[in-house]
Amino acid sequence: MKATCWMDKGDVRVQDVPEPKILNDRDAIVKITTTAICGSDLHLYNGFVPTMKSGDILGHEFMGEVMETGRGVKNLKTGDRVVVPFPIACGACAQCRRGLHSTCENTNPNAWMAEKLWGYSPAGIFGYSHMLGGYPGGQAEYARVPFADVGPLKIPAGISDEKALFLSDIYPTGYMGADMCNIQRGDTIAVWGAGPVGQFAMKSAQLLGAERVIAIDRFPYRLRMAHERIGVETLNYDEVDIYDALRDLTGGRGPDACIDAVGLESHVSGPLFAYDRVKQAIGLESDRPYALRQAIMACRSGGIVSVIGVYGGFVDKFPMGAIVNRSLTLKSGQCHVQRYMKPLLERIEKGEIDPSFVISHRLPLDEAPRGYEMFLNKEDDCLKVVLKP
Amino acid sequence: MAMQGTQRSAGVVSLAGRRDRRDGGWLARMSRPGEERFDPQRVGTALGWFSVGLGLAELLAPVPLLRAIGLKGRSPSPLVTRMAGVRELGAGVGILTEPRPARWMWSRVFGDVMDLALLGAGFAARRANRKRLAVATAAVVGVTALDALCAQRLTAMTRVSAGSPDARSVRARKRITLDRPADALYRFWRDFTNHPKFMERVETVQVTGERRSHWRARGPAGTTVEWDSEVTEERPNELIAWRTLPGASIEHTGSVRFEPAPGGRGTVVTVEMQYSPPGGAITAAAAKMLGYAPEQQLQEDLRRFKQLMETGEVVVSEAGTQGGAR
Repeated sequence: MKATCWMDKGDVRVQDVPEPKILNDRDAIVKITTTAICGSDLHLYNGFVPTMKSGDILGHEFMGEVMETGRGVKNLKTGDRVVVPFPIACGACAQCRRGLHSTCENTNPNAWMAEKLWGYSPAGIFGYSHMLGGYPGGQAEYARVPFADVGPLKIPAGISDEKALFLSDIYPTGYMGADMCNIQRGDTIAVWGAGPVGQFAMKSAQLLGAERVIAIDRFPYRLRMAHERIGVETLNYDEVDIYDALRDLTGGRGPDACIDAVGLESHVSGPLFAYDRVKQAIGLESDRPYALRQAIMACRSGGIVSVIGVYGGFVDKFPMGAIVNRSLTLKSGQCHVQRYMKPLLERIEKGEIDPSFVISHRLPLDEAPRGYEMFLNKEDDCLKVVLKP
Repeated sequence: MAMQGTQRSAGVVSLAGRRDRRDGGWLARMSRPGEERFDPQRVGTALGWFSVGLGLAELLAPVPLLRAIGLKGRSPSPLVTRMAGVRELGAGVGILTEPRPARWMWSRVFGDVMDLALLGAGFAARRANRKRLAVATAAVVGVTALDALCAQRLTAMTRVSAGSPDARSVRARKRITLDRPADALYRFWRDFTNHPKFMERVETVQVTGERRSHWRARGPAGTTVEWDSEVTEERPNELIAWRTLPGASIEHTGSVRFEPAPGGRGTVVTVEMQYSPPGGAITAAAAKMLGYAPEQQLQEDLRRFKQLMETGEVVVSEAGTQGGAR
């Protein structure tokens, strides 16, 4: 079958690879009908995630048709249309039972690697390094889905692939970013990053009752999209000082909650960028945390900083003093997709949201390498690339 | 006598051990009949006091001391001698006060070598009294040998006091919490034929009696190891302890305990293993270098045990079965 393979930093190729097989009773094989490139795939593309090996199949946002199920999978049958959540969760361990599926205790066969970096291991993730399980991803024609009786969600015939696909990651991820803000009537929410996840966070903040949502980015087309499609206020950090602007917009108090939907490769204007980029290049810090630093400094005292952008290791100059002295709450997590999928599908069915609004490009799977380039370089106003195997 | 190392860190027993150490002179006790002649702890304590004395002398009266060992003039200078004194004092205090004096004893050995170098340099000095210098050098050589022997013994005893029945063995202990009741876990564990399902290196287990079983496992470098094991203690839903029978290629004892986690949150499983690898600690160190770390192996086996008990299967990714994620 054809699959998008990570060959090296900046080198992704569509190659012919062996088809997946059922390895365990609770597995299913899914024939992929629609898949997508995630912003977090760009961290792999740019070589910021350790333990990638040449030939690893990428992709953790995918959906398709059930081709085959293991003996232990009773709730799915051949031909079912399913969306597959990006974290692999067993559904039985204490973490899964708490609804913290992305920290499942059982699904990372390489848990020891993750423990070295993070203390304990989270769940395994499709196509996202060996440290997170070494599972082949879904930018391919087929994928093996472990614990298929727990993760995949059946999609009714009336909902198109493009509407349903983002239930696999970015829609629940954005939603969880807003959910963690514990939004109250009258709240102002600032969102760093107007990429797909940031836009879902903005939309979700509105759905959860935020009075005002402010988008922060440096790409005018992304800010324009967010303004036109979601109706948020926008700030371009290349043009204004974000702290001053947010302070002014919120009457001198700061946003009630700040969402970091940027993660470890954030940018900033000026010499600070060079400082962190150099430290990152020589290995003194693994992640560049400007958006996070800004979000912490800008947040109202007693407010919530919600981090859904991906960080991998260590950050530098972390404003812990602001968190302690101003009673801020820092919340984070890889999305517990399994917990959010069903209620979010209901929102789609009710017509409250059509997640396909983020799609800017549709390419055949063969053109995945071009999709990565376009997405990385923000060519042709690229926001979200969907691939069709 | 070697067992005293084990006892030092263990409450009541350790008090008895210390009292025992205080009465009587160490020289007298060294050759007491019926006991091992060389007790590194007593010798170590004596050497510690010797360090303190020598250190004070070097620090407070470097010039008379240098003259006494046949060195006059500037080589080595009183300053160097004072510095050596600081070193000696440090080693002495370390040996006498630290719970694990082995490394301080090694610092004495290191210091001895430095002293020998300085004495060697002294022979070249024009104003040296070579006869006195030779006596001093001989004394230091003797002390060096004693230090090295004592340090070596203390190091071996430190290994013992880490909890193994003898200095050659390797110990591993891991705990894991499972969201399953203790009785189910106990039943599964007690049926030893289940073990190849989660113990990576175990290939087959045959039950050969009510308390006995025969095990076959993959050893290092493509070898196969076999042993017979006997349950030495079992308390239903609480504990199983076992040991290998004579003739085992990897002698070991082990135990597994099942305890309720606080707040009804499942069961805490604790496994303790003590291996005596053929060739002892050296083999163990070599195996560790080759990646066979018993602690890590036990951790991974327990993870698979948890997966199997909680989800019904051992989790695999293609990377694990085919060596590449494809």
